[in-house]
Amino acid sequence: MTVTLVLVIAMAVLFSCGVYLLLERSLTRMLLGFLLLGNALNLLLLVMSGAAGNPPIGKSADGIADPLPQAFALTAIVITFAVSAFLLALIHRSWKLSRADEVEVDEADVAIGRERDDADEDDPEITTDAEQEATR
Amino acid sequence: MTWLVPLLVLVPLLGAAVALGLLNHQKLQRAITVVVLVVALAVAVTLMVLVDQHGTIVVQVGGWEAPYGISLVVDRLSALLLTVSASVLLVVLLFSIGQGLAADDGEAPVTIFYPTYLVLAAGVLDSFIAGDLFNLYVAFEMLLVASYVLITLGGSEQRVRAGTTYIVTSLIASAIFLAAIGLVYGATGTVNIAQISERMAALPEHVQLLLHTMLLIGFGIKAAVFPLAFWLPDSYPTAPAPVTAVFAGLLTKVGIYAIIRLETIIFPRPQLNTVLLIVAILTMVVGVLGAVSQTDVKRLLSFTLISHIGFMVMGIGLGSVVGTAAAVFYTVHHIVVQTTLFLVSGLMERVGGTTSTRSLGGLLKASPLLAALYLVPAFNLGGIPPFSGFIGKLGLFRAAAIDGSPLAYATIAAGVVTSLLTLYALMRVWDAAFWRPRPAAEAAAPHASVAEPHAHLRSPEPAPLTVSEDTGKAFHPGGTTAVTDAPHASHASSPHTAPTATQDGVGEAPARVRLPRMLVGVTTVAVLGSVALTVVAGPLYGYATRAAESLESPDRYVQAVLGGGR
Repeated sequence: MTVTLVLVIAMAVLFSCGVYLLLERSLTRMLLGFLLLGNALNLLLLVMSGAAGNPPIGKSADGIADPLPQAFALTAIVITFAVSAFLLALIHRSWKLSRADEVEVDEADVAIGRERDDADEDDPEITTDAEQEATR
Repeated sequence: MTWLVPLLVLVPLLGAAVALGLLNHQKLQRAITVVVLVVALAVAVTLMVLVDQHGTIVVQVGGWEAPYGISLVVDRLSALLLTVSASVLLVVLLFSIGQGLAADDGEAPVTIFYPTYLVLAAGVLDSFIAGDLFNLYVAFEMLLVASYVLITLGGSEQRVRAGTTYIVTSLIASAIFLAAIGLVYGATGTVNIAQISERMAALPEHVQLLLHTMLLIGFGIKAAVFPLAFWLPDSYPTAPAPVTAVFAGLLTKVGIYAIIRLETIIFPRPQLNTVLLIVAILTMVVGVLGAVSQTDVKRLLSFTLISHIGFMVMGIGLGSVVGTAAAVFYTVHHIVVQTTLFLVSGLMERVGGTTSTRSLGGLLKASPLLAALYLVPAFNLGGIPPFSGFIGKLGLFRAAAIDGSPLAYATIAAGVVTSLLTLYALMRVWDAAFWRPRPAAEAAAPHASVAEPHAHLRSPEPAPLTVSEDTGKAFHPGGTTAVTDAPHASHASSPHTAPTATQDGVGEAPARVRLPRMLVGVTTVAVLGSVALTVVAGPLYGYATRAAESLESPDRYVQAVLGGGR
């Protein structure tokens, strides 16, 4: 199978930027990260359809572009579109409610952290993180 | 009878469309939703019987033959899970109707609840009949997008926060799954599961390992196995009780179903079985340790959910017919029991006003029936002998003992410890919430109304319905759980507000009296259903074994799909 190197490189860049942004706490950055990730996935599907440059319709079965990955990419685009719309609504809601764009630490985790904090007077933030690690 | 299969997806989706059009007619909306799920259940039961008699049913959508078109495949595993899911969906729907989740109480714009619920149902049922990976992906997305809406229902601050964790994790899982599909297509030139199964063995070992791992991680996040389960206890408990119940019962099991397919049909060789067994041990032990340390009933149940996913992974990881059969049986048992427990926790919240074990208490006197409803599934989950949990665990341990490797015995040990700790965690809830009297001063900070509960404890009538009504009123002012308990608040306040605030009889006097009765009734049905699993354990286990036999010989599946036959 022949693949286009440029597409692979573009895909790799999109993937890494997308994952980096998804790991942020800011919701808007997460959305941007998700969009990049979605595009990286579409490129991946496209790369899997083989060499570029073949016509979509031809007289014989060989030598024409594989339509299946294009159908996959199309479906994936629609799903990405719907989910992005939902994420935007969620960000808007979060902004309206608390003027905050950040994902907060889970309350129950904080509570457990605080409990331990009372016991041995640690930094609550650190204890919370340790607790989260333990949960994982 | 092949025309029955697409109905499983078509009917809920059309029902969702119709229900969406009837936003202002709640009664009609409710009726349509119930009818749709009853139809789905009837179809699922019919398919279960048919498949057992005549073998796998395959539908080539649009008449396109197998490798080119989309295949819908119903084998015994699918049919069994379809039936269980459809019944659980129906029961939870009835519970949410009883709870008045869709009542327009200002807190939640939940006229959207029923259509979304039907889309979720369509997604869950579709994922069980999908015959190719991409269709499975679409089914996953369908149920996930619906679940995003359900978990952030009402859009309160707490739910948005919890929902974000859930949504981002699910997005990453979907991304990994989609990337894996792309790579599988690149490697094998097909996404039809049967054809992948044929071609996979020809691939180089390392390519297989890569694809296998990626798919397993994608499904593992959905199924909430150990290192990938951190999101679950953070996000599930904040949703309304029926939503949490259906998520806990079904969404993780869809992941388990995908893993079963993956390990039996797509990768029949025991490539990652050792990893699966280790993951199973860790999931069981870490999950249950989390449960032991929790003080909130819903969070505690979420952790037991994770730990019991480990049992199913254990059965799959053994890679034998007995192991898979036990895993299938355990999956059925766990869907029913976990859903029931979450429904009961919803009732506990209604009666006690909170789900924190610190402030709960005296529920045994307040509502003996509720105590029984809690105790039965709790024993069941812990694996006390007459119940199906015991049978499932026994089957798993037997399969592991037949396997006989040291790792298999280690999983048995982990399983026994997990069962005991599960029982301990659930009995701690029993002690705190039901056995002891309600703590008076302890409930200090968040609870304004500490005095009132004693008033109702002294009240002579033990009937749970009346008492739950009383406490509903008593606790409204102190509503610490106002966010998670919006419907409860609405009912409590409805007597004080003008009847104009109520809609379609939901809050009117006769309906209001009937509502808790319906909740208790539905939960009782769910508990009886979980007990009934013991009664039908013989035939059910036989069915699971036959399902596992056909799973463990993937040739049959391939033959059924690609051979063009029925």
